[in-house]
Amino acid sequence: MIDHQLIDTYAREISEEKQTSVISGSAASTDKRYTVLFKDYENPDELRKLAGKIKDHTLHHLDSYLEQAEVSLQRNGVQVHFADTGDDAKATILSILKDRGISKLTKSKSMAAEEIHLNPYLIEHGIECLESDLGEFIIQLDDDVPSHIVRPIIHKNRREIARTFQREGIAADYNDDPETITRRARVFLREKYMQAEAVITGGNFISAESGRLVLVTNEGNSRFGMAPSKVHIALVGIEKLVPTDKDLAVFLNLLGRSATGQQLTVYTEFISGPKDTSQPSGPEEMHVVFLNNGRTDVLESNCREILRCIRCSACQNVCPVYRQASGHAYRATYGGPVGAVLSPLLAGKEFPELADLPKASSLCGACNEVCPVDIPIPDLLLRLRDKAKREKIHSPGAPPMSPFATLATTPSLWRTAMTMSKAMNHLPIQVAPVKPLQEWLGQRTLPEWHGGDFRKWFNSRSNKSKQS
Amino acid sequence: MSSRDAIFSKIRTALTDVKAKADYPDYDSAVLYSKPRLEGTSREAFTRNFTAVSGKVVNSIADLVTFLQQNGQTRGYCDPVLMADVGNALAAAGLTVETAYDRSRYEDYQFGITRATGAIAESGSLILDDAHTSDRLAALSPWVHVGVLKESEIHRTIPDAMAGLGPSRNILWATGPSKTADVEGILIEGVHGPGLQLALFI
Ligand code: SF4
Repeated sequence: MIDHQLIDTYAREISEEKQTSVISGSAASTDKRYTVLFKDYENPDELRKLAGKIKDHTLHHLDSYLEQAEVSLQRNGVQVHFADTGDDAKATILSILKDRGISKLTKSKSMAAEEIHLNPYLIEHGIECLESDLGEFIIQLDDDVPSHIVRPIIHKNRREIARTFQREGIAADYNDDPETITRRARVFLREKYMQAEAVITGGNFISAESGRLVLVTNEGNSRFGMAPSKVHIALVGIEKLVPTDKDLAVFLNLLGRSATGQQLTVYTEFISGPKDTSQPSGPEEMHVVFLNNGRTDVLESNCREILRCIRCSACQNVCPVYRQASGHAYRATYGGPVGAVLSPLLAGKEFPELADLPKASSLCGACNEVCPVDIPIPDLLLRLRDKAKREKIHSPGAPPMSPFATLATTPSLWRTAMTMSKAMNHLPIQVAPVKPLQEWLGQRTLPEWHGGDFRKWFNSRSNKSKQS
Repeated sequence: MSSRDAIFSKIRTALTDVKAKADYPDYDSAVLYSKPRLEGTSREAFTRNFTAVSGKVVNSIADLVTFLQQNGQTRGYCDPVLMADVGNALAAAGLTVETAYDRSRYEDYQFGITRATGAIAESGSLILDDAHTSDRLAALSPWVHVGVLKESEIHRTIPDAMAGLGPSRNILWATGPSKTADVEGILIEGVHGPGLQLALFI
């Protein structure tokens, strides 16, 4: 049996139908992003760099900004909690709910909640906890996990969804028309919103200056969830801060464009506290739970730039590996290039289990090019590969590199190999006795070998320049 | 140690290694403006950009009446402060207009007319501010939401709107109707909230 990288194996086994959905879904998002960015700006690159700098500055002063955010939020009447681990966060949220006798809530999409497996925990403790983002709702019905940051069901098609709705009694009959599916979910979910006593959301940004929590959705589900409920709990990673309100404009402009090719996401909500007493709708109580769950380890590592991430998914959409394999292949909350860096780091002691992820990349650099906060993802992948090597973590599919290392670092050997390898053009290497090589060659034809020509060309070139 | 203390101490330890701490980049918000989106007067730009996100601008109450009647949206809510300017004219045209939003009948309202406190020309967004928008639900549950505003309340750019957010606890920028592309990437409007987002200038 040949040792394959796990992602390769996954990509091979995924059904063609799913793969087509992922490929076309991510390609469409990439195209929209390009069109909008280049139509709107002469130099979008300038903005990316600016956003990266603001985030870097924030992360380098995270302690003071977090303190400032805490004060601002409290001034606005928000109760602030800190959770060092996922378990702390879950316990905090549960006790807020239990103390108020709340047993029904709706939840709007939150990757941080996904990360700490909040739903199963609350359900286990007797709380009805319903996902309200259409994609997340379907995921919940199917007992599945999201495979994309922005479009969690990129891997599902309408037929599967229609069958799910029928099975779960959301619909009386099978109907796979996307509009009908959406209308049925609308009716079902808004009834739940109206009954819920609390709402749990994530948070896209918090301005340390004003303590405004910014939430964006296209569906308006978090807004609808909040309007009738009494308590709002926002679970927010400690890296989500920006220094000032002015900075929010930078990130909102980039987030919408990078995520879905919109200038702004449809519902952009600025929340700085529970509702005003004069307002008939809106939560009377608001909590922000700041989640660490390994983020400080990431901050301490040499890959801290990944904490700039604003979860736009542009890197997933553009990544050839993600497109072939889909998000589930990454076996963690975050898939694609961002996940290949973030997931192993957030895994803490379980780093070895995900240490193969940084290897599943062609290092083509596309992810860095599209990233709205200019994260040098390929560099970070290399740093993590190095970490795995230093920690002597073997992962499947890694070819033995030591003979190559000797060859490449001994000039005389290298020269000889380059010249001798010309012989390869005449040898039937397809029948090479090495099994991995056979398999590799079985899928490729090799061009003619030109090894060693560079030195010849270079030497003759420098001779010529000496003569002239 | 409390979680709070643990987090702060871990952050400080993590940052001891960072030798060159990045400065805050001083920048002019003008770098954010999208010039093509800003062409024309603020009202023209708003109309163009709001239309591009499937919003609809209505320039007179007569147009609103026609629109609602043609779409069969004949029962709805109107913020009491807008009765004089908008609601009474609708009622006179035979539409049913209620001034109290009854939560238990959230499915009965076909339209909701609320006060928008502004708009953003650059992005085609309506601004709803809890300090002046009478009821969040009234702007969410009906199929048609009409945000009523004055031309002078349009902010030209996103940074302008951001600078003018004000002290309210809850502010919403609605850039078009509620929508999703979750099912096979096909765009569907009216997922949880309004399927039609209208702006009426008075
Ligand atoms: S790493 Fe960059 S491109 Fe990828 S999701 Fe995060 S912000 Fe977007």
